[in-house]
Amino acid sequence: MQTLILTIVLLALTAAGFRLGRGRALALVGGRPKDLSALPRYYGVYVALWVFVPAAVVFAVWFALEPAALHFLVIGGLPPELQALPQAELGLLYSDIRNAVALGVTPDDPAIASAVAHYRSLSASAPLGLGALALAATLAGGGIGLKLVRPQLRARRSVESVVRMLLLASSTIAVFTTIGIVLSLLFEALRFFRLVPVTEFLFGHEWSPQTAIRADQVGSSGAFGAGPVFAGTALISVIAMTVAAPVGLLSAIYMAEYAPKPVRAVLKPLLEILAGIPTVVYGFFAALTVAPFVRNLGGGLGLDVASESALAAGAVMGIMIIPFVSSLSDDAIAAVPNSLREGAYGLGATRSETIRQVILPAALPGIVGGLLLGVSRAIGETMIVVMAAGLAANLTANPFEAVTTVTVQIVTLLTGDQEFDSAKTLAAFALGLMLFLVTLVLNVIALYVVRRYREHYE
Amino acid sequence: MSDTAPARPAAAEAVARSLRRRYAAEQRFRLYGMVAVGLALAMLLVLFATIVANGWSAFRQTYIQLELALVDADIDPDGARDTTVLSRADYEGLVKATLRGMFPDVTKRREKRELYDLVSSGAAFDLRDAVLADPSLIGTTVRLWVPASDDLDMYMKGYISADSPEDERRISDRQIARIEALRAQGRIETGFNVGFFVSGDSREPELAGIAGALLGSLWTMLVVLVLSFPLGVMAAIYLEEFAPRNRWTDIIEVNINNLAAVPSIVFGLLGLAVFLNFFGLPRSAPMVGGMVLALMTLPTVIIAGRAALQAVPPSIREAALGLGASRMQMVGGHVLPLAMPGMLTGAIIGMARALGETAPLLMIGMVAFIVDLPKGPLDPATALPVQIFLWADSPERAFVERTSAATIVLLMFLICMNLGAVLLRRKFEKRW
Repeated sequence: MQTLILTIVLLALTAAGFRLGRGRALALVGGRPKDLSALPRYYGVYVALWVFVPAAVVFAVWFALEPAALHFLVIGGLPPELQALPQAELGLLYSDIRNAVALGVTPDDPAIASAVAHYRSLSASAPLGLGALALAATLAGGGIGLKLVRPQLRARRSVESVVRMLLLASSTIAVFTTIGIVLSLLFEALRFFRLVPVTEFLFGHEWSPQTAIRADQVGSSGAFGAGPVFAGTALISVIAMTVAAPVGLLSAIYMAEYAPKPVRAVLKPLLEILAGIPTVVYGFFAALTVAPFVRNLGGGLGLDVASESALAAGAVMGIMIIPFVSSLSDDAIAAVPNSLREGAYGLGATRSETIRQVILPAALPGIVGGLLLGVSRAIGETMIVVMAAGLAANLTANPFEAVTTVTVQIVTLLTGDQEFDSAKTLAAFALGLMLFLVTLVLNVIALYVVRRYREHYE
Repeated sequence: MSDTAPARPAAAEAVARSLRRRYAAEQRFRLYGMVAVGLALAMLLVLFATIVANGWSAFRQTYIQLELALVDADIDPDGARDTTVLSRADYEGLVKATLRGMFPDVTKRREKRELYDLVSSGAAFDLRDAVLADPSLIGTTVRLWVPASDDLDMYMKGYISADSPEDERRISDRQIARIEALRAQGRIETGFNVGFFVSGDSREPELAGIAGALLGSLWTMLVVLVLSFPLGVMAAIYLEEFAPRNRWTDIIEVNINNLAAVPSIVFGLLGLAVFLNFFGLPRSAPMVGGMVLALMTLPTVIIAGRAALQAVPPSIREAALGLGASRMQMVGGHVLPLAMPGMLTGAIIGMARALGETAPLLMIGMVAFIVDLPKGPLDPATALPVQIFLWADSPERAFVERTSAATIVLLMFLICMNLGAVLLRRKFEKRW
């Protein structure tokens, strides 16, 4: 609420800065805009920027530092015997204090109660301090800006260079996101590898991340050999691609080479709907319809099919991937120059012969790129497997058994209440790192192949 | 000459034979293509059909009419009509007593419990709300339609058959007899399920609604829009109009393309490690969910934005520059307005993807069981796809129905957004 008021006040001041700057510039030249070296509104924006930017910087710094400062002050206000507690307990105590503040209750322990009151008074006075600081920065900035306004000032250039910097900054966000992903995954994964050796994680074949609470607990050894998890991911991806590759490729061929234009205009968007359906819907469909169907079908054939079989999850994932494969293959086929087609027809080849012997080989790199992107989707897909595949890590190649995947394990390890330092939660980041690296490599290869291929014919 | 003459018919026949074979192969190949397309479309149809068939009945709900005698002494002993006293009265007991009154023959404890099970536990809350809204009801007998329990609802909708063996269904023969008696009196009716659209999550299927999840999704999407659209547009403008062609720009470009293909769950891990653990933002908040999804949507918006900028013909730019506009004025005054529809289309498509996204939200704790409706982007909330995920885990038959109904609502939203994008493109697309 207070933040909202501060924001409104700041915006109002910015608008005032605009009017003042514009007015001052015009007043300096006696109301003849021609004597200014930029349009009057640029002087307005110039001063408005001087008003807005300092306050925005104050806001940003304040919000970045506020939690840490509160922590420091509240802990500093605790009695010495509490301050002497070990780091972990102190952290627990601090979160207790914050919970008490959030819930509006007063704890029984007088020391903690006074800390809670301290916290409350600090956070109640915080907006005042922030407001005063921001106001001071704004007024100082506005004053400087107004002083700098004179007819010779290249206001447009200054404003445009600020805007340009803003544009540049937004374009780097993607880079910072990648850096953030890599650093956060790497950092937590390294902490995990300090507890569990890398080789055991990569090549071990026992995965049972539940750490025992009692010493005699069964099946909670806390083993972190991710081999079966990788194998399960591979199995489900292979099943998915067995569905998606032929169906996607053949429909792309049909739509690109055979279907009449109006039919194609209807079919293509219809197939694209498959790509727009949220994966949670596919997961629900897999768990509700496909898995029981597969189990009953297997039962009818005398096979023993698990109710969370890899086959059901993989097949539904395959359906999801069909449009990726088909639209990328479609693009690749459409990019094959017509001269190749006509050459083949001229030599007497039938359509299917042309497709199989001329067009597909020519479009192969694009198709392979599309398939690789499909594989990368399959490996990274989460909701379908979370809802339809199993939790137990079985090392098996039998599609009728339940297997687990990297993404399923990440979700199960991180949903639920855990302290953040246990090997269990850190393992999720190690798995995430593997997932990120593998999909990154696949994507880079696929994008490279597709791009090279496009350049080849363009 | 003479030695080739007899060979000719043989060769012609060989050609004819091979032609027949080749044409057959041609037909087969064409058929494969059609089968593949047919399979994909059949899957789409089966998926929609299953969801709709399972879900349409959740938009209706069974209600029971109770005639509740609101005796003064039970509800408001001192007669002061004090709100705290009124809200603490034993409405559950009142509902139970009314049920017993409707079937005076019920005496055994087991039978009583079976009888109570016909009415949802939300009935008492409905009664309380009615009394609080109009205290003058006290002392009169009110007729109130209250939601029936999920089992009764399932029976009324035909999902539980009276012909199946008694121990295999969730309602007993006695209960069925009572239901039929009530139905004969006109005290059971099915009507539009308002509760599904106005209430939050609940452990009781008949009380669970999607309002909380919808609001959570709304707040999340608002954050995504506010963050990803301006940032995406600015990044696209920089890369397309101002960036020098150098190594740094190449790195940014490759980065954006790769980011678009990073699995969504990895963004969730980023949000957990950076936003929650490093910056200490609140768990389960739409704010954080929106930030994570905005980062995920950003590449889509940038790529679409660049395509839209590229589609503006150079003549526009040159005309502006020729009249003395600066590059910034050219972009802001001429190129950007023309590219805006294309950029908006890209943003809507990116938002539609973000609306259906579940996995990153699981990582940042938007999976909690939350009954209250979120009032702002910092309140704990869940989102519509996450609600689907949560309900899909519940074993009750009534939750299957509600999961499918929530899916229908989600798909409706997505269809509207995509349709909006298509219409926008149609309306503003210019052929230069």
